[in-house]
Order: sequence, then C-alpha cells, then structure tokens
Amino acid sequence: MRIFLEQMINGLTIGSFYALIALGYSMVYGVMKLINFAHGDLFALGSYLGFTLLVWGNAYVTTNFGLAGGMIAAMLIAAIGIGMAGILVERIAYRPIYPAGRLPAVVSALGVSIFLENMIMVIWGPRYQAYPVNVVPTVRFEIGGIHITLLQIIILILSFILLAFLYYIIQKTTFGAAIRASALDRDTAALMGININTVIFFIFALGPALGGTAGVMVGMYYRQISFTMGWNYGLKAFTATILGGIGNIPGAMVGGLLLGIFEMLGSAYISTAYKDVFVFLILILVLIFRPRGLLGEKIAEKV
Amino acid sequence: MSALLKINNLHIFYGSIEALKGISLEVNEGEIVTVLGANGAGKSTLLRAISGLLPIKKGKIEFEEKELNNVPAFEIVMRGISHVPEGRKVFATLTVEENLNLGAFTDRKNAKLVSERKERVYNLFPILEKRKNQLSGTLSGGEQQMLAIGRGLMSNPRMLLLDEPSLGLAPLLVKQIFKIIYEINSQGIAILLVEQNARKALGIAHRGYILETGNISISGLSPELKNNKKVQEAYLGGAALKKIK
Ligand SMILES: Nc1ncnc2c1ncn2[C@@H]1O[C@H](COP(=O)(O)OP(=O)(O)O)[C@@H](O)[C@H]1O
Ligand SMILES: [Mg+2]
Repeated sequence: MRIFLEQMINGLTIGSFYALIALGYSMVYGVMKLINFAHGDLFALGSYLGFTLLVWGNAYVTTNFGLAGGMIAAMLIAAIGIGMAGILVERIAYRPIYPAGRLPAVVSALGVSIFLENMIMVIWGPRYQAYPVNVVPTVRFEIGGIHITLLQIIILILSFILLAFLYYIIQKTTFGAAIRASALDRDTAALMGININTVIFFIFALGPALGGTAGVMVGMYYRQISFTMGWNYGLKAFTATILGGIGNIPGAMVGGLLLGIFEMLGSAYISTAYKDVFVFLILILVLIFRPRGLLGEKIAEKV
Repeated sequence: MSALLKINNLHIFYGSIEALKGISLEVNEGEIVTVLGANGAGKSTLLRAISGLLPIKKGKIEFEEKELNNVPAFEIVMRGISHVPEGRKVFATLTVEENLNLGAFTDRKNAKLVSERKERVYNLFPILEKRKNQLSGTLSGGEQQMLAIGRGLMSNPRMLLLDEPSLGLAPLLVKQIFKIIYEINSQGIAILLVEQNARKALGIAHRGYILETGNISISGLSPELKNNKKVQEAYLGGAALKKIK
C-alpha cells in the first residue's frame, strides 16, 4: 500500500507535466486541426531558458530574490519566452501555409520541430545539462509512512493552480466559449463577432507558455535535461491528449494525469523497462473501446 | 426613406462557378423582405456574402450607407447585422446559455447588457430558459432553431438575416417560428428572410424577390407575388392544383 501511494504521488507529479504539455497540443488541434509537432520542442526550449537563467544568472537571482525567487523567475521567463516563441512559430511556419491545406502545415510543423531541436543542440550542446541542485531545498516529508519531497509538493500545487486557471478560462468564460466555438465551426463563430486571429494568437501563446513552464518543472524535478527531451515528453503528452480525447481541454488534463499514474504503477509493479509498453497498451485498449478518448464526445447535431 | 441594406449588381463565385450573377436588392428600415428560390438558387450564398463569409468579386453591398465589401465577417455583426445560418449551426457541445452569450460576444465585457438581452430572449422563447444548462446538441430541431434565432438577437441587431428557419420543422413549429419572426420585426428589426416555404414567407413579408440560379427573375410586394402566375406555378404549388382540377 505504501509503495502504491508513493507511486501515485510520483505518477501525479509527472502526470502534471504531461497534462500541462498536452493542453498545448489539444488547444491547437481543436482550433486548427493541426498537430503542432513543434510543441514538444518548445517545451524543451522552455526548460533550457529556465536552465540558463538559473545557472548563468544564479548568483544574481538568488542573492536578490532568494531561492523561491529564482524558481519563479525561471518559470516566468520560460512562460513568457515560450509564449512568444509559440506566436512566432505560428506566424512564420504555419500562417503562410494554411491556404495550402492541412497536410503541408503538418510537414511544416515537423520541420519546425527538427529546427528547434537542432537549435537547442547548437546553443546548449549535445550533452546533458544539469539544473542546479539548490533551486528548491531537498526536504523530504513523511506523512503516515509515505514520502513526499518539498519539490513534489511545489510542483503539484503549481500545476494544479495552472490547470485550474486554464480550465476556468476555457470552460467558464465567454472568451473560452469562443475558443470552443471556433474549434467547432469557424464560420458560425465569425458570425458571432469572434475574430479567429485573436483566438489563434491566444492558443499559440498560452499552450506553449504552459509547456515552457512544465519544461522548468521537469528540469527541477529530474535535474538532467537534453536537447532530445522535446520528443520524449512531446510523444507522451501527445499520447495523453489522445487518451483524454483530442481537442477536449478537461480530457487533456485527465489524460496527462492518468498517463503519469499508469507509467509509475507500471514501472513499480511490472518493470521499469516495460513501463512505456504498459502505457501504450492502455492507450490502445482505450482507443479500441472509446475511439474518441476518455472524455471525447460527439453529440450528433439534429436537423 | 433610404434603404437600410442596399445591394447593387452583386457577383459571387465559388472558384470558377458563378453562384450569383449580378443581383440587386434592397431592404428598408422595418421591413420583412423574403428571397424565395429552389434548392441551389443561391439564397444562402447571398446571405453569406452580406455577412462577410464570401469574397465579393463584383458589385457593392451597403448597410446604413456604409460599404460592407471587404469588411471581415466578425466586424459585420458590430455594424448591426446578425445572420442566423441555414441548419441552425448551434454550437452543439456548448450549453444553451453559452450559445446565447456568444451571440453577444462583442459586448461580453458588459455583463449587465448581456443578461438583459438574455432575459429578452428567454421571454421570447421560454423553453430556452428551462434548457439553459443543457448542451445545445441535445435540443430538438425546433428548440435549436429557437436558440439560433435567440443567439442572433443577442447582438441587438438592426437587421436579421434568416436562412430557411422553417427547414425540417413540423407544421405547428413552422407556424410558431413565423409568428415569432413577425413579432421580432414589430420590435423594429428589419428582416431578410430566405425561404423555400413561399406560402408562409409571403404571408409575413412586405416584399419579396424570386431567385433563380443566381438571378432575380421577379420581385414585388407580397400580394403581387402571390397573384403572379409564374410564382404560383413554381413556388405556391399552383401547377399541382391545376392538375387535380
Ligand atoms: N462551398 C461551395 N463550393 C462550391 N459551390 C458551392 C458552394 N456552396 C454553394 N455552391 C453552389 O452555389 C450554388 C448556390 O448555392 P446556395 O447558395 O447554397 O443555394 P441555396 O441556398 O439557394 O440552396 C449551388 O449551385 C451550389 O452548388
Ligand atoms: Mg441554402
């Protein structure tokens, strides 16, 4: 039982990374019907931006703002920087290509992904880089025999706040309804006075901003980052998106958290080497019985 | 009286196919004007051109004496035109209330205004208030049409474009919808009504135009159209009646 609960906590922690990244895939797919393959690499870029600030600016930031200040600054820089990068990618690599159809845009997305990955390698080198140890003090709590670190608590709380914030925007505000409406029917959304370019701007800023923040969290959690991390996490987060139902915002959150939990339970009870097999097996099963994903739904329009 | 909406020699193309071949029409303040025509005549194309969803190849559309050519669709609604599209096009996975809120999207910052307008829509269609938290895709066809019209009213338009509101509805519901269109018009909102149900449409419209494969063939006051032989034969079931005789 103790192992189970600890693995649940570990699973929720990495699951919240997946969920934060998955939202970017899901929002962009919902509105653009485009799988933004560059999203995973934007996440990686966010991790490196945070790394740069914490390592190169460590002395300055921590002396002036303290340890917590350094962490928050790294996340803010990653969120803002990657949000802007997301907008830039849309403007440069996608917008000119939309008129040519959906497939060329997907190819362009793959191109951006390869470009970003190589750019990270050129700037920061092909070897692993390590986040500083002292960003969050290594404190471990024991609650009823279950261990949880201070960093895990911080990550879980921060992720929960970010997920709740996004859920609120998308599901509870009129602007969020406008985003969902644009995903369903762009012409009719325009008849409501919704400017699709504003919606596109918003999703390409917010999705990558959340991904970039997750990049800093991953750096702090695992400490090692590499230029290929965009693909690994991107693939998992994309899987989470499909698991939850692509285009569905709560689905991306649930999918991400579940995927993290499956992965950790799989590695505890089956084998670490086969944990990914376990994860994808579950995905396949879900898709066989619920092709639209766990929360994906389709309500037939009555005529 | 100057025309509220004035269309002059409008040509619309889909690729190389010319769907509207030089159409002129007017809608005056406070009027109900109907455009009748068979399937594929170009009725929806006309409405989509007015609301900015289709590029205008040639000709001119003016509303309140201001040109609408090249105004993007999302700005047209701010000019005071609201388009209720063919097939209702409610946002199926959004609730009834969310659909209505989106109708007032451009005024979303003014919560008081939005809820006042919603009250008015609920007065007009009490069933929508009962269903306000339901996903609109689960409504019946008639309820969806009411929602589409209600959503169209949420922007407080000067003019409403209605694309076949009676399509696929049972006779009793058709009657109810037309009664409500009449009521909306009596509140001072001009209406451009596209229909295949000529009898009903001419019953409430002041004037009408007959659209045949991209051209306006006949136009006039509703009583004139009702008495026109060609209109009777083609659109009011006149031919069928004669055969029975
Ligand atoms: N998206 C489109 N692409 C190509 N042709 C179209 C398109 N929409 C409509 N058309 C054609 O334009 C003509 C007018 O269509 P439409 O305006 O929908 O007619 P109506 O609403 O009167 O039934 C038809 O011949 C139709 O086939
Ligand atoms: Mg039509």
